[in-house]
Amino acid sequence: MQLGRVVGTVVATVKTPGLEGVKFLIVQPLDRHQEPRGRPVVAADGVHMAGPGELVYFVGSREAAQALPDTFVPVDHAIVGIVDEVTP
Amino acid sequence: MKVGTVVGTVVSTINSPVFDGRKLLVCDLLDMDGNPEGDYLIAVDVVDAGVGETVLLIDEGNSARQIVGLDPAPIRAVVVGIVDEIDVEA
Repeated sequence: MQLGRVVGTVVATVKTPGLEGVKFLIVQPLDRHQEPRGRPVVAADGVHMAGPGELVYFVGSREAAQALPDTFVPVDHAIVGIVDEVTP
Repeated sequence: MKVGTVVGTVVSTINSPVFDGRKLLVCDLLDMDGNPEGDYLIAVDVVDAGVGETVLLIDEGNSARQIVGLDPAPIRAVVVGIVDEIDVEA
C-alpha cells in the first residue's frame, strides 16, 4: 500500500455492472515524506468516507477490487484507510 | 519477497475491516547493498517488527490473504519476517 492525497472526485453515471454505488476519487500518490510522486490515479473509495483533502492509504492491482462489496469488478486502485497519523 | 527497513507506522481509525487491530508499518525497500532504493510500502505487521529493523516483506495478494486468514480482503503487503543477516556474494 501507498500513501495518497485525495485531490478530487469522479462521477460516472454509465459504468460496468458491479460498480453501481461505488465512489471514485482522484488520488495523488505520495512518497513517505508525503510529497507528490507520480501521476494521480482514479481510486475506488473502499471505506465509503474518504473525501478531497484527506490523507489516505490505498492498495493497487487486483487486490483493489476486494475492498468493494462486489469483488469481481474492474478496479485497479482502492482507498482502504484514512490516515490519522503517520510516524515519524 | 522484498527486503526493507521499518521507518515508521501508520495509524487509521476508518479503514477496511481487514486492518482492524493490525499494525501498519512504513517500510523503505532496500537494494542489494542494503541501501534504500527510493520506494516504500505500507505493510501489515504479523511478526511484531519495530522501527529500525530490517524485515522481509511479501507484496502479493494471495499470500497476504492466506496470512491474515481473510478472503476476500484488499491486502497485498505484509511484513512476514525479521532479517538477522543478509550475505550477498560479491
